[in-house]
Amino acid sequence: MLQHMFNAPLSTIVMIGGFLLILVGLWGMLSRQNIIKMIIGFSLIDTGIHMVMVAIGYLRGKTAPIIETGMDRMNAVNLVVDPIPSALVLTAIVIGLGVTALMLSFAIQIYQKKKTLSIDDCTELKW
Amino acid sequence: MIKRFFVVISLIILGGIFINMAVHYTEPAGLNPRLAGKYVADGLRELGAPNLVTAVVVTYRGFDTLGEVTVLFISAAGVGLLLRRREDAPGAECGRTPPSELIRTGAAFLVPIIFLLGVYIFVNGHLTPGGGFQGGAVIASGTMLIFLANPGKRLNHRAMDFLESLSGFTYVLIGIAGLIILGSMHFLDNRILGLGEFGTLFSAGAIPLIYTLIGLKVGTELSAILENLKE
Amino acid sequence: MIIATAVLLCVGIIISGILAIYLENLVGAVVSAGLASLFASVTYVLLAAPDVAMTEASIGAGLTTMIFLYAISKTKKIQADND
Repeated sequence: MLQHMFNAPLSTIVMIGGFLLILVGLWGMLSRQNIIKMIIGFSLIDTGIHMVMVAIGYLRGKTAPIIETGMDRMNAVNLVVDPIPSALVLTAIVIGLGVTALMLSFAIQIYQKKKTLSIDDCTELKW
Repeated sequence: MIKRFFVVISLIILGGIFINMAVHYTEPAGLNPRLAGKYVADGLRELGAPNLVTAVVVTYRGFDTLGEVTVLFISAAGVGLLLRRREDAPGAECGRTPPSELIRTGAAFLVPIIFLLGVYIFVNGHLTPGGGFQGGAVIASGTMLIFLANPGKRLNHRAMDFLESLSGFTYVLIGIAGLIILGSMHFLDNRILGLGEFGTLFSAGAIPLIYTLIGLKVGTELSAILENLKE
Repeated sequence: MIIATAVLLCVGIIISGILAIYLENLVGAVVSAGLASLFASVTYVLLAAPDVAMTEASIGAGLTTMIFLYAISKTKKIQADND
């Protein structure tokens, strides 16, 4: 088992780590009552998804997609990893920060109106 | 009891789907020749930028970047709407102890250097790893150090709003200029300025200009979010 | 060698994530989430994506932790209520 793990490619290891982080974040969101703990779980799900996306774009033995002065410019297709998942994750990280800031301002407003941070006390929309 | 049972069931189902995806994944042998191979092979010749991720973000996927700038603007506006304070209300900092001399002296020394690092990162976005979003985040970290050093400081809202609106407006104008100058299929094309010599600072057409505007806009927006949250 | 480093980093990320959910003190939980982002940033360097590593380090481990700490100080509760 340990030998099997150390022969696996790098992208599979990081992908499994990302999937486990998504499961940890989802468990945190579903099983806690404090609103700020739920937002921390949401931020962990974001980090896990980004890890999976960057791990998909990795090719074994290739280097970063930046053309240095010593690199062969005509042969660049055989030397670099995929630049598209990096570009998509770049945008996604900044949007994750914006959404987290908006969620936290909602949590502050709930505290100022109800003086509590537990979602069990916010029951206006329940049947 | 029932709730915990449903949580465990949903986690097990999702874990099964993930294990199925991870086991059947095989690394591809090379770049996909229809999309990623084409971007890498043509990006150097047509766009003239050594940083291929910058070339993809600003030109080949430029419309997604415009949408992302819009989403960031909406979230900053939402935070400002929800947490606005009156200009003349007294702050709650009156009873707290002032920050120590170590932070005040260190901040006075470090904040200009941090701003200079942020500007360097987004001006050289097409040559080295970096770009507008990273430079904007570093500038917002410098603003956070200012807030730590003197907690009662209020930023100049008029200057920040003017800078942010000007950056966003000029970004859309550059996109429309691509339509006017180069023809009907070239929105947000970077060839409206000359390509220049490969690897120097003033090369790759309009990419340094676009990334400077994005860096300024993201930096001022994140600073506005931090100030609204600080109270 | 690189595989061993990647395995150690992934184990560190998952342990920090479990600590972030499990701790009662909210400030400790937020710092653990920042630690997970920092380890993820080092993992991105191993995966040959330096732009993503720089973005994750500055936004995930810096600005997100600071935003959480401002929100916690405005709601003035250090101990999580229940569970």
